[in-house]
Amino acid sequence: MRYVDEFRNPQLIEKASRELHAIVEPDRVYRFMEVCGGHTFSIFRFGIQHLLPPNIELIHGPGCPVCVLPMGRMDDGLHLADEPDVIFTAFGDVMRIPGSRGTPLELKAKGRDIRMVYSPLDALRLAQKEPERKVVFFAIGFETTAPSTALTLIKARELEVKNFFVLSNHVLILPAMRAILESPDMRIDGFLGPGHVSTVIGVRPYEFVAKHYGRPVVVAGFEPLDLLQSLIMLVKQVNAGSARVENQYSRVVPWEGNERALAAMAEVFEVRPFFEWRGLGFISQSALKIKHEFAPWDAEVHFTLAGLRVTDPKAAQCGEVLKGVLKPHQCKLFGRECTPERPVGALMVSSEGACAAYYQYTWQGAAGE
Amino acid sequence: MVMSRRRAVFQDASIELAHGSGGKATRKLIEGLIAPYFFKEDAALTDSATLSVGDLRLALTADSFVVHPLRFPGGSIGELAVNGTINDLAMGGAEPQALLVTFILEAGMDTKVLQEEIATMAATAEKAGVAIVGGDTKVVEHGKGDGLYITTAGLGMVHPHANLNPLSIKEGDRVILSGPIGDHGITILLARGEIDLQASIASDTRPLWPLVKPLFDVYGEAIRWMRDPTRGGVATALNELARDTGLTVMLEEAAIAVRKEVRGACELLGLDPLHIANEGQFLAVVSAESAEDVLSLLHRTPGGEEARIIGSLKRASRPGVLVRSDYGSTRIIDMLVGDPLPRIC
Repeated sequence: MRYVDEFRNPQLIEKASRELHAIVEPDRVYRFMEVCGGHTFSIFRFGIQHLLPPNIELIHGPGCPVCVLPMGRMDDGLHLADEPDVIFTAFGDVMRIPGSRGTPLELKAKGRDIRMVYSPLDALRLAQKEPERKVVFFAIGFETTAPSTALTLIKARELEVKNFFVLSNHVLILPAMRAILESPDMRIDGFLGPGHVSTVIGVRPYEFVAKHYGRPVVVAGFEPLDLLQSLIMLVKQVNAGSARVENQYSRVVPWEGNERALAAMAEVFEVRPFFEWRGLGFISQSALKIKHEFAPWDAEVHFTLAGLRVTDPKAAQCGEVLKGVLKPHQCKLFGRECTPERPVGALMVSSEGACAAYYQYTWQGAAGE
Repeated sequence: MVMSRRRAVFQDASIELAHGSGGKATRKLIEGLIAPYFFKEDAALTDSATLSVGDLRLALTADSFVVHPLRFPGGSIGELAVNGTINDLAMGGAEPQALLVTFILEAGMDTKVLQEEIATMAATAEKAGVAIVGGDTKVVEHGKGDGLYITTAGLGMVHPHANLNPLSIKEGDRVILSGPIGDHGITILLARGEIDLQASIASDTRPLWPLVKPLFDVYGEAIRWMRDPTRGGVATALNELARDTGLTVMLEEAAIAVRKEVRGACELLGLDPLHIANEGQFLAVVSAESAEDVLSLLHRTPGGEEARIIGSLKRASRPGVLVRSDYGSTRIIDMLVGDPLPRIC
């Protein structure tokens, strides 16, 4: 497979691993955060930790949209599925997120009309096919998926589809990075920048991390060689005492981002004053709301939502894990009350969540069986 | 049987779809709720039961088939219903002899569709040399079934040289896989038409007895365990093996064949081929001394050309399945949890 096999080439990977071992300074610890859940998944999937020197510590960041979605939002969405004329649609990622009354999959088994779609356009097509029903698309994701939601809404307006609604839970990666950088217990020496988000927003927006916080950022791809090369770039910067933004994933990520995608987002969305992130709390200007011009397709306008906050169980230490203060297995619930089958905390829900990845690929759930 | 594993406990208040996906939840349902009532001994659960009647060693099994769509590239529900049950017998070392068939039909179903499936079943059974000797039909109200559900029960005669017993598995034993994985599961996923992806792949459904019979003829003593990795895939079957034996299965990723179409679909959808269902492959645990001989015989048997030794059994601190990449890292691969869901965002 082109663009995959080259980046999984064993000789090149071994060479990169050797280089990384050679350049780290033995008496310092390097703490790097991979911001993106896709990276977390790749790191565990490919066993990248085994290829690193022991003094490189990877901290799994907030870039998993499923993980940071507060339970109250899930409840609001699933509440809509109770209405007999509603078809609730969402990505496969959403189907196992627990709301207070269960996951979408469980409610589907109880008879709600809940369907998995692969793109918001599929949900729009469903609305055209079922004009008597109201089709709600429960939109989640960072800047990676927001453009496709935006384009779908533009299309819905063009086609004058009146029974299609979007519940936007889109969030923005930069405010989350800023919140982590501002946190008093922050101990991060550099960031692996999110590859997929950056295809949309480009590389320039990370410059504040280098300029204001003095931390290097390397936008990274998702294959083993990508990750090792990016870590080499980060270590070199840390060793040299520099803080710059670099792009390792230049075969996919343009420096300026994707103009058309950004334009579609700007046409459809505006920034919310604040939004709740599971595990991190309220972060100002961190999420996208559908603009007034698209109100007829905005589920928040069309339906009445309870908008209640549901707090996470106190014992779950998701916030500490998200900020890198605790490793997943150091949480009191990990592998006991909280497992991928019965997630308590958000990070156990998606295979991109730090805890689920940790559970799946490095730790066997013996205690929880 | 003395088993190192703990028995699963079933605590769920209601039955969810995940209980049918073949992974952890299914195992909990069977071990935690069903087996305690039916079985006195805490025995390892196998694909078919073995009974002794006089001097005869018989194998008995049943399987139900719920698949959407009913027809897909490379097969159909009827073909699966015949092959699936005779494969469960074959995995118990038994030559399939006879099948019973039960149809659950939804009112309103097109007769032509049903007739096609019946004809397919007859042809598949004939090809496999097994007789369909009886059965039952029921009709449920429209909207209460997915068109057609089929249950088949099979009776087989255990091969005189078959000596399958997970308790005889030892450290150093080899794991053989009969061919490329994931074809069936990915074919079904794509045939549902929900994903805008096209690939030229077909289900691998086929009867396995012709493939494994020569192995029992010659190496019956050396073959300790066999399983067809259907729902839950290779990872789930081998995790069950690990739990039943208390050993760790060490796999070499480079030895596991995955067609490029399946690999491509898995990469795009964030799925692991080791979790994807197969309907025409088998896994076998074979003694280290005989592994190469068994493999070479398999290579000479039609349909076994792509078989590989994919790993071996080791003693480790915890039982489980480890996959070693060709660049030296290892990862744990667990059983499937729920159905494989694509990752998009």
